[in-house]
Amino acid sequence: MHGYANPARFLKFARPATGWFLGLGLLLIVTGAFGGLFVTPPDYLQGESVRILYVHVPAAWLGMGGWAGIAIASFMHLVWRHPLSAVAGRAIAPAGATFAALCLATGSIWGRPTWGTWWEWDGRLTSMLILFFLYLGYIALASAERERGGDGRMAALFGLVGAINLPIIHYSVLWWRTLHQGQSISITGGSSIAPELLWPLPLTVFGFSSLFGAIVLMRMRADLARTKAEARLRRRAGE
Amino acid sequence: MNAWPFVLAAYGLTGIATLGLTAWAWQSMRSAEGLADSLKQRP
Repeated sequence: MHGYANPARFLKFARPATGWFLGLGLLLIVTGAFGGLFVTPPDYLQGESVRILYVHVPAAWLGMGGWAGIAIASFMHLVWRHPLSAVAGRAIAPAGATFAALCLATGSIWGRPTWGTWWEWDGRLTSMLILFFLYLGYIALASAERERGGDGRMAALFGLVGAINLPIIHYSVLWWRTLHQGQSISITGGSSIAPELLWPLPLTVFGFSSLFGAIVLMRMRADLARTKAEARLRRRAGE
Repeated sequence: MNAWPFVLAAYGLTGIATLGLTAWAWQSMRSAEGLADSLKQRP
């Protein structure tokens, strides 16, 4: 990872990888969404509304995963001062915020036919809403720092401290047993979802993750190109 | 309650937001890289 902290080396990887991530992501999303909408059977309890699972879970995963990425980039920025870490944090934030908002919106849409309410101040929902606000704060802070020519240290500190919300979101369904259901899938303990309902989920999770990767690469390339253009303009003004 | 309008709303919203985000990232990348390249080529 340290090797790719060099912008030239990063761009050598990012240019071909962007298209691959984008293509793979779209293919997996379309396949998974088709399976989730038209192939899987309705759930015995929730009926057709269970199909929202295939867009809600990837959105939740990427909303939280995005902040984990910001926290890693922030740590690298504070400890090793990697030149790309602040760029990575700025690139991840809008994508993570979009998926956190999608998680809240699709969860709310799912809640209406299932729980009979659009919103409840439940532990999981509230901590996810806090994550969305943290994203907005990070975006504002990081862009203000960039405009003022700062080194991104404040945004990095904010990114690292904000990561405390991730275990709160994860364990909220265990700590506060309110409306949101408990964990259905775990890395170690398998899944309580029937296999005929489960199979499109990895497709949409990997598909949206791949698309997220492509979006982050595109935004990082844009940020680096903008910095390069600004430097060239300054050099010209000085000539 | 018919759940299909809710399912379609969730998928529609996700599709629009994801495609919008991707198009925005693509457009920013193309215009920034285009500007950097044009400044490099101009004498």
